[in-house]
Amino acid sequence: MSRQTARAGDPRKVNGELFTLTYGALVAQLLRDYEDDEEVNKQLEKMGYNIGVRLIEDFLARSNTSRCNDFRETSDIISRLGFKMYLGITPVISNWSPAGDEFSLLIENNPLSDFVELPEGHTALNYSNILCGVLKGALEMVQMDVDVWFVQDQLKGDNITEIRLKFIKRLDDAVPAGED
Amino acid sequence: MATVGKQSKTNNLDKSLAKGKPEVNVATFALLFSEIVQYCQNRVYTVPELQNKLAELGQHVGSHLLDVLFVREKGYKREIKLLNMLLFIKGNFWRTLFGKDADKLEQANDDDKTYYIIEKEPVVNKFISVPKDKGSLNCAAFTAGILEAVLNGTNFPAKVTVHWHKGTTFMIKFDESVIIRDKMVEGK
Repeated sequence: MSRQTARAGDPRKVNGELFTLTYGALVAQLLRDYEDDEEVNKQLEKMGYNIGVRLIEDFLARSNTSRCNDFRETSDIISRLGFKMYLGITPVISNWSPAGDEFSLLIENNPLSDFVELPEGHTALNYSNILCGVLKGALEMVQMDVDVWFVQDQLKGDNITEIRLKFIKRLDDAVPAGED
Repeated sequence: MATVGKQSKTNNLDKSLAKGKPEVNVATFALLFSEIVQYCQNRVYTVPELQNKLAELGQHVGSHLLDVLFVREKGYKREIKLLNMLLFIKGNFWRTLFGKDADKLEQANDDDKTYYIIEKEPVVNKFISVPKDKGSLNCAAFTAGILEAVLNGTNFPAKVTVHWHKGTTFMIKFDESVIIRDKMVEGK
């Protein structure tokens, strides 16, 4: 990156409100286009997935992490490094399943949902569903197949926002076609 | 009903506006914006349509930003003079949103309704390489939308368009009424 851009402000950062409102504009647009909460959830997850697939590269390049030994280590890195780096928050990890293949991320201040109040009649909408897609996409790129879904959302009156991750299986390294 | 449980908990809309929000990583924003551009592109056929769509989204952002900005940056006062408004946009507004002043503010030589704000490299364009067959596409149309909404919201009705010129130039064409009113205000 060139030197001269470093004058005022940090060029690696963007105003949080601009980000939040931009996301809001997107969700509002999707709601207008699809007119169905479930469809919007799906669309958001798809976009998140696309983001996650690309984000992981940036993450690995900057965070200097190596392969995780177990899912607990993964959870720690997601929260302490991933969320911290890209959204500036550190979700609390809790509610581990006895088998250690499922956990929840608890988010107190979701930056995506600032300024937001869900209008009535959108009980099925997971406003921040893009996060599920991002997590799924990013983890898939490091050979982990996981299910990600919203359990609770402060926007719906819950006390906390909770995202649940479930480890399904390890993916085999897929070698791109035409390469040995 | 979703709203019932809310009274006990602090409502999102009751939070103080004063402090502003922590910044987020530029990569997060860039990737989100890229998804937005792709989404819009899949729903339109031509470059101007795409730019319109982006501008619409920008307007949504701008109209919501307006109150926050004026509460925080201008101490609840509205701006009534055209020049001050333009300077506010070039300065405070740009700084809040993009971390720096806009590079240049100019007035058209032959037209007192037209002003230009010039930004060499807008954040939204930083990570976008325009495909060859869409040479005229400038995704800063999004920023133009934000600008337009802010100007309209502060009662300086204007059209803002985006052009590739010295980087990116936002051309602001004010409504005739704005200029007439401004002359009256100046005369007092």
